[in-house]
Amino acid sequence: MSINATLIGQMITFTLLVWFTMKYIWPPLIGAIEERKSKIAEGLAAAEKGQEDMERAAKKAANVLREAKQQSADIVNLAQKRANEIVEESKGTAKQEGVRMIEAAQAQIEQEMQRAQEQMRKEVSALALKAAGQILQQEIDKAKHKELLGKVSEQLGQA
Amino acid sequence: MASEEHAAEGATQYIVHHLTPLSVGEGFWMLHLDTLFISAVLGALFIWVFKNAAEKATTGVPGTGQAFVEMMIEFVDQQVKDTFHGRSELIAPLGLTIFVWVFMWNFMDLFPVDILPAIAGMMGMEYMRVVPSTDLNATFALSISVFLLIIFYSIKIKGVLGFAKELTCTPFGPWMMPFNLLLKLVEEIAKPISLALRLFGNLYAGELIFILIALLPWYIQPLLSFPWAIFHILIITLQAFIFMVLTIVYLSMAHEDH
Repeated sequence: MSINATLIGQMITFTLLVWFTMKYIWPPLIGAIEERKSKIAEGLAAAEKGQEDMERAAKKAANVLREAKQQSADIVNLAQKRANEIVEESKGTAKQEGVRMIEAAQAQIEQEMQRAQEQMRKEVSALALKAAGQILQQEIDKAKHKELLGKVSEQLGQA
Repeated sequence: MASEEHAAEGATQYIVHHLTPLSVGEGFWMLHLDTLFISAVLGALFIWVFKNAAEKATTGVPGTGQAFVEMMIEFVDQQVKDTFHGRSELIAPLGLTIFVWVFMWNFMDLFPVDILPAIAGMMGMEYMRVVPSTDLNATFALSISVFLLIIFYSIKIKGVLGFAKELTCTPFGPWMMPFNLLLKLVEEIAKPISLALRLFGNLYAGELIFILIALLPWYIQPLLSFPWAIFHILIITLQAFIFMVLTIVYLSMAHEDH
């Protein structure tokens, strides 16, 4: 239990240990720890910034979406209006066309009617002539109309 | 079991045998080979583990080993930051070395008391005292080194005159100079003595109790040595911690300029 040279040996060992720790162990480890700390702090800050960015982006996206909706609604409205216009326009055109067609038809009808009337008149006159001819045939006075008949037959004969 | 063998030898002889260091030389130049060897091996182990971690230190995700080492580093660093408000390249590594080294010394206490002496006996060594902190030389080597650092930093920071002034003119002013000097000398010298004796006393007593338990019949031994070992886990950590914290406190006091 005596104090002896062991003490000196232990002091030398201790000094060497402390020197080695101070030189080669403590600085790299504490450096790594500090650096990691700052890295973590940076990471946290970046995460927070990212969150903020995300929120801002979400807001922006909502805005864009709202605008797009508005725009599409506008476009739809415009299209509807345009469609209505087109419908109206085509309705007008169709009506005009109809009127025109009706007019044409009427004109044609009239034409047809005139032609028919003409035909009828011709036929009627032919009939009348025929009827008149038949009547005349029965009441014909050969003497009286000798000259006339002779002329007709002459004409027929010539024909 | 072993205890019966030793009972034949005699309990006193058994205890004395366990507490006698393996030594060479005579008088002051006697060397306790077991203390020197075991503490050097433990120191090398400390250096090896921490140097490995330091070499592989990454700022990314640390592995288990690095995490453990960093935990120790941060623990010591926190202690230093709490107590010492200055810049020093030395104090934190010094604290770490003291804490880990003393802890490892003390940890030798938890090996069953007969194992290492038995192995040493097989290798032809008559004595083997495995816990360096049960050697006053080891504890005083630490505390005297710390004491020298206290003196060194006191003079470095305050100057020879400043340190002399602090020794003679505090706490009661220049008119009480001899009394002040006496108080201060006692205060300063008490530091290394209390550091060394506290550690030595705790571990010596702890080891002695383990040896006494080892003298009991084998069926009682686990009942006593198991709770004592668990309690000792607390003691050895606490003693290492106290030694480190007091070292930091003393050195930060040496750095304070009045």
